[in-house]
Parts: sequence; C-alpha cells; structure tokens
Amino acid sequence: MAGGVSSSGGHSVSSAYAAVRNWLLAPSWITIAIFMLGPVLLMAVYSFLTKEFRGGVLWEFSLASYDQFFFDRGLFGDEPPKLHWTYLAIYLRSFIQASVATLLCLAIGFPTAYFIATRPASTRMVWLFLITIPYWVNLLIRTVSMKFLIRDTGPINEWLISFGLLEAPIKMVNTDFAVQLGLFYSYLPFMVLPIYAAVERYDFALSEAAADLYADRWTTLWLVLLPAVRPGIIAGCILVFVPSLGAFLAPDLLGGAKNFMIGSLIEEQFKGAAGNWPFGAACAMVLLTMVLVAVFLYARQQAANARGGG
Amino acid sequence: MSTGIRKPARKIDLRRYPGFVHLAVFCMIILYAPLLIVAVYSFNASTSITLWGGFSLQWYEEVFFGLESAKFKDAAWNSFTIAISAAVVSTCFATSAALGMLRAGEFRGRPVSFALINLPLMVPEIVTAVATLIFFNWINFERGIGTILVAHIVFCIPFAYLPIAARLEGISGIYEQAALDLYATRWEAFRLVLLPLMAPGVLSGFLLAFIISLDDFIITNFVKGAGVETLPTAIFGAVKQGIKPNIMAISTLLLVLSFIFVTLSWLIGRMGTDSGRAAD
Amino acid sequence: MKNLMMAIAALLAFAVSPAQAAGKLSIYHWFEYIPQELLDKFSREFDVEVTMDTYDSNESLLAALKAGALGDYDVAVPGDYMVKILNQEGMLDTIGQNELSNRGNILPQWVDVDFDPGRKHSIPYQWGSTGFSVNRNIYQGDINTTAMIFDPPAELKGKINVLDTSGETLTLASIHLGIPQCTQDRDQLKKLDALVQGAKQHWASFNSDGAKDVLVSGDAAVGMIWNGFGAKAREEGAPIEYAFPKEGYIVWMDNVVLLKDAPNRANAIKFMDFLLRPENAAAVTNYARYTAGVKGVEAHLDPALAKSPEQNPPAGQKGFFVEACDAETQPLYDRIWTRLKQ
Repeated sequence: MAGGVSSSGGHSVSSAYAAVRNWLLAPSWITIAIFMLGPVLLMAVYSFLTKEFRGGVLWEFSLASYDQFFFDRGLFGDEPPKLHWTYLAIYLRSFIQASVATLLCLAIGFPTAYFIATRPASTRMVWLFLITIPYWVNLLIRTVSMKFLIRDTGPINEWLISFGLLEAPIKMVNTDFAVQLGLFYSYLPFMVLPIYAAVERYDFALSEAAADLYADRWTTLWLVLLPAVRPGIIAGCILVFVPSLGAFLAPDLLGGAKNFMIGSLIEEQFKGAAGNWPFGAACAMVLLTMVLVAVFLYARQQAANARGGG
Repeated sequence: MSTGIRKPARKIDLRRYPGFVHLAVFCMIILYAPLLIVAVYSFNASTSITLWGGFSLQWYEEVFFGLESAKFKDAAWNSFTIAISAAVVSTCFATSAALGMLRAGEFRGRPVSFALINLPLMVPEIVTAVATLIFFNWINFERGIGTILVAHIVFCIPFAYLPIAARLEGISGIYEQAALDLYATRWEAFRLVLLPLMAPGVLSGFLLAFIISLDDFIITNFVKGAGVETLPTAIFGAVKQGIKPNIMAISTLLLVLSFIFVTLSWLIGRMGTDSGRAAD
Repeated sequence: MKNLMMAIAALLAFAVSPAQAAGKLSIYHWFEYIPQELLDKFSREFDVEVTMDTYDSNESLLAALKAGALGDYDVAVPGDYMVKILNQEGMLDTIGQNELSNRGNILPQWVDVDFDPGRKHSIPYQWGSTGFSVNRNIYQGDINTTAMIFDPPAELKGKINVLDTSGETLTLASIHLGIPQCTQDRDQLKKLDALVQGAKQHWASFNSDGAKDVLVSGDAAVGMIWNGFGAKAREEGAPIEYAFPKEGYIVWMDNVVLLKDAPNRANAIKFMDFLLRPENAAAVTNYARYTAGVKGVEAHLDPALAKSPEQNPPAGQKGFFVEACDAETQPLYDRIWTRLKQ
C-alpha cells in the first residue's frame, strides 16, 4: 500500500509528499513535543510525587494520589478502603454533560453546516462569519448574557408569562439544562466548521445517483451523505466533546457550581485551598488516559477503514 | 462549484432538506439572542447588568476616554496581535502536518503522530496551564507576550488541523496526479491545484484557531507575565465585581468591528466574482 | 520551510517582552479593589510606570507564587492568614525598621498582629467582615443568625448563594456550630460535615465573583458576601440588609506585603509608604467600602460610610479571623469540602 493513489514512477503524488514527510510534520511535532508533551510528562511525574503542604511537590515517589482517587477511606482516612465513587461520579457526570452537549451541537450544527455549505459561494462566507462572530465576544460575557436570558425573571420567562403561556417561571438557571445550553453555546462553531468543510467538498452527483436509484432524500442522507462527510462529523465531535469535558465556566456560572466537574475539581487542586498538586495531576492523568485510549481506538479504526476501503 | 454533470431539472431539489433551514435560523437565534442583550445593555444608564436605568452613551465614553481606556486598548492590541500570529503560525503548521499525515502514504508512526498532533486537545486546559507554567519556569523562558504566543500556537495546532485534515481526506489525489502528468512541478501541483481545493478547510482551521486564541483565558492567565493583559484577562479582572456596562460596550464594539470586517470581506469577495465573470 | 522558521523567529523576537527597567512597579492585587485614580496619582508623583495583575482568592495568589510568579511582582495584597502562610513559605521580604517614613500612621491595634508580629513584612491595607445579606422583600424576620444559611426558614430555601471558597464557607459553618476552626476532634468534624451536607439542598449556588450580582438580580435571596461588596449591592438597588449574626461572623484584613525577589524593591517601598498616607488609604476605602487600618482617614472619608450599616457592626457581636490550619488538619477540611461538592 506504499504507493497510495498512483504509482506512475517518480511522478507519484504520494511519493512526492512521502519524500518530504518528516519535514512536513516536523514543525507541529517539534512544537507540540517540546511545549505540550514536555509539560504533560512533567505532570505525569508529578502525579507520582508526594504532595507538599499548600501546593508544590516533594520529589519522593508516592502512590497516594491514585489511592485517593480510587479508594475511599472515610472522612478521617482510617477506614478500610472501598471503591471510591466520589471522583468517579464527578467523571461520569462530566462525561454525560459533555455527551449531551456534543449531541446537541451535532443535532443543530449538522443541518446548519449543511445549509451553509449548500449556499452559493458568494454568501457562504457571510454565513461562516455569522457563525464565528459571536465568538469575538468573550466567553464569560456570552455565558453571563445567556444566564441573564434564562433566569427566572429574565426575558424568556417574562415573555412566556406575559403571553399567558406560563403561570410561573420555568426554573432554568442552576440546572443541568443550563449547563448543557452553556456548553452547546460555547462550542457550537467547533462542530459547524469541520462539518461545513466536509460537506462543501461533497460531490452531489452521489446524491443524484442515489436518487436515480429511487432512494428518497432521507435515505440518501443516511446512506450516502453522512458516510461521505463522516470525517468532518468525527472531527467536530472531538472538538466539542473534549473541551466540554474539562470546561468549568459554563457549569460554574450556569449550573451554580454546586457540584464539581472534572475541570473545577482539577482547578481546585491547583488554585483552591486544597493545594494538592500531585492529586490534581493524577486526576488529569486519569482523564487524559481515558481520552487518549478513545482517540487511539478511533485512529486504529480509521486506519483499518483506510486499508479496507483501499 | 463542482456539482458534476447538470441534469434536467428534477421535481425536488436534492440539496434541500426540509427543516434544515429552520434549524440553521434557530441556531442563529440562539447565537445572537444573548449578544443582543449585551448590545442593549451597553446603552444602560445604570451600573448594574440586571436593572434598566435609561438610555446612555456614558459607557462608550468610558471605554475611550475613561481611566481604564489605556488598559483595554493595550489588552485589545495584545489579543489581536497574539490571535492573528498564533492562528497564522498554527494554520501553516497544521496544513503542513495534514499533508504529511494524509498525502504521504501509509507510515508506521501514523497513530502516534495523530495522537501527538491532537494531544493539546486531550489535556484539560487547567492542566495545560499549570504544566506549561511550571515548564516555562523550568527552562527559564521569561514570561511575557512570547510565552502566551508559544502556548497559543501549541493549542491552536489541533484546532486548525482537524478541519484541514477533514477537508484533505475528501480530496482525491487524481487532480494533482493529473497536474504532475501534465509536467507541473510538485510545487506547482500543490500551489495551483491542491491548495485551492483545500482552501475552505484551511480557512475553517484559521478561523477556529483565531477564535480559540482570542477567547482563551485560563492558559493565558497562567503563562502571561506580570502586567501583560489580553482582552479576556482584562475583562475577567473587570467583571469580578459584577459585569458593568463598559464591558458590554467593549463587547458591542468588538461585534460591530467584526460585522464591518465581514461586510468588507463579502464585498471584496463579490468584486472578485464579478470581475471573474466579466473575464469569462 | 526556512522562510517559515525565520518568520516565527521574527515573531517571537518581536513578541518577547522587554525586561523590567527602573521606574516600574508591578502589583499583584485582588480584582477591582483599588481605584485606578490612586494608581495614576502614584504614577505621576513618583514617575513610576505601574502595572497590576489581579487574582480572585488568597489561594490562587499562593498558587501563582508557588508556580513561579515570585520575582515577577513587587507587592501583593494577601489576607491575614495568607500573610502568615506566605511568610512560612519564605515568600516575603523584610521591610527595614526605618524604610517606611509613614509607619507611625498604622493604627495601634494593627501594628502587632499575630499573622505578622511587629509588621516586619506587611502594612495594613483594608479590613472588613464576611457575612451575608438577606433580601428583605422576601424575608422579614430576624436575620442576625447564621441559621439563615445553614438552617434557613421556608421562604429562603433554595434561594441561597454561598461563597465558593472552603475557607470562608466552612469557617462560617464552624461559627454556626460553635466549634473551633482547625479542630481535629472527630465528633466536631462529623457534625460540621453533616451540617453542610444537610444544608446544601437549600443552596442554589456557590459563587464568589458573582456574590453581588446574584443579590442585585434577585437570583438569590440570601447571599454570603463581604461587607463592602454587600454595601455596593445595596447601593445598586438590591432590597437587602447585611447581617451580623449573633453566633459571630468572619473578620479579615488584607495587607500589602513586600514580596521576595521584588524586581523594583525601592518603588515597592515608596508605594507602601504612599498607601500609609491617610488620604490615600481613605481613597481605597471610599472605593471599596471596607475600612482602612491607618490613622487620620476620617477627614477624607465619604460621609455616607459613617452611617453605612455594613461598616458599623453592633457592639458585642464577635468577629473571628480565619485560621490557617496545619498540615495534619487541613486535609480533613479539604475532604469535607470535596464531599460537599461531589
């Protein structure tokens, strides 16, 4: 399979790129290896160190952080260890929130991206910019405005009440719904842009062919369009899901911060009174491991697809 | 527009899905409703975000001539400089990496390479922030705009990479092959054939990287040096005592600025297509 | 590729910030707590370029300094217990006996404080209390009890905001129970854990930054808040009253400290001296609505402050400083906090 697309001697496309592959990848590799992998490895090391009181670490090996994560030894730390649901529950909750936010983004982002991609070329740009413009305004401001809109005495509730559709305001602030709305609002363009890029590239002759074979448009959507733009959808889901996992602005402001999310749990270890850096590092390592495993599986599946599909 | 072969008109337009336009409009409403609130309350005469005290332009006056105007101007300048630089650099890196990953055939290190490029996405921001700060200290990289820029480039790379790669995956190699068969150099085949085909992906990647950088608070707050502010950190500092309408005024100005930017680029784009049509 | 690399190198060279020059002062301060006019005044008078960064809690100040910000800043403004901690961590520089010409302006009761005996590293900045304000339109009964937060009447259930910092919220809970802070007594800790676990169902949110906004907007009917912040909320139209609970309330004092490895030590000393002048201390008080620790500020104060209920606690009510727990005790409180927010 080394040849890729074609193998007409030295003029092959892939051999042209293959010759300079390392040069193409080097800038990203080097930058990320030094300024991302380096710090992350440092964090990994930290997660196995002994915590120094009030932040910082002592360079002595310790498994205390992982023990604290997985085993509950009671309020005073002297009961027999049992599986610790405190932190796992926080992770589970974050995963559910992020999943719902991702599905919301997909449900609304896909039709939007599709709609934009099928506009005439001249107006497409305008739509794209319309999607990104709100993000010129700071996330905190957007989140606070969203809160203003949905609060008990906010415009939505007041309108609904004044039109007689409601008797009492719907409680939206400080609920899970508000958090998901906030996450959706925070990361929507991350879903729209990659899907747009994929749909824009889609050859509608395929849809025509499907129609010629008597497929209705929803069958075409499901069996032809969606598989064709799958890379864009998956890219969008990754781009929304992962930041949602670690987000804490929307949960804190809209959800009332009554419960830790993964992001706020880790922040508390570094910036809060807990000051337990190794434990914060361990929490991050657990999350990182879960996400990396998922991505690795995805990459392997992609590779298998590529081989299978020729 | 490469729709392929034109067929006689069908009764139904295959490109249209009923309901999609409504969802797109709904999407726009959700995106813009809170901003409308921001814009309205920037003209509020009261100091509170939640109570309406009459119409006033005082907050705009404060933005430009108030005591904190210098701070916000510096912050805005820093933010835009960093966001544009980080987006340009990371988009170049990401485009190059996408070519290496997807155009250079199979290679053994591909999954590892994919994981490495996307690593900045997988690490929660707060961890990246602390880890990066400790790391910069460890290598004695003096903190300032330079450290912010480096950190932003790093986490912008995957955001630029994913849309670019998604686009590139859908482009068959036959176009470039055709160019090569017609005696184009490799560089010409890339620049004149592949790059224009990739352009929407590259643009998406650039825009994503730009807004990610422009909006970043957590990492910036950790790696910035003493006294260096970007718009998010300046705004965060200011909103701690409640979001005053001068912050809303700044946000509204940003919105207006971006609308002008969009209108201009649309007009330029239209001019381009008009002259293109004239040349036909 | 070479061009690209050169472009990046040029960018980085352009972007790297210049080193600290003489004539600068770098302040690490709480958010929006000092009026810009005062910084401008200092800047003009001494021809010093002032830059200020902000933090939102004593703990994040400590975290930033620990992570290497020490050496970037000249002065910071930690609260009482944090002065002690920073000193224990060796992060403070010593102010010479004769370096501050206005040292005599410090009010006598703030000279020999137990978080910095003899004021070797710090000067008083502002002090105040942490309590809570109650919306009087919703609740008309007696509010001067911590039960408003921990055992609220029916009208207030589900409408309570508490500060999102374990130090202040757990300390107020300890005051409610009448148990000492930083206790290792198991029964007392169990009671504390049970109290906050049980009260949480009545709380709407944990919010420090928005403590004022939730009261002004009506999202919360009871909100834990700092007294000056509470005064501002009231002045913005919230129908609230600040409580001084009979069980006691939290008292704190923020202090300007001289940081170790200060890049502009001489200017830092000038700045501290500047803040000890009554008119300047009064300017901070007028802005932030707390209370200065300097003699002779009265003449410069906003007259409204003298009558402000938040600044004038009734006689006989007890105030407690937050204590810095030791390495054995603090993890117990951390565990209670984590269990509360799980």
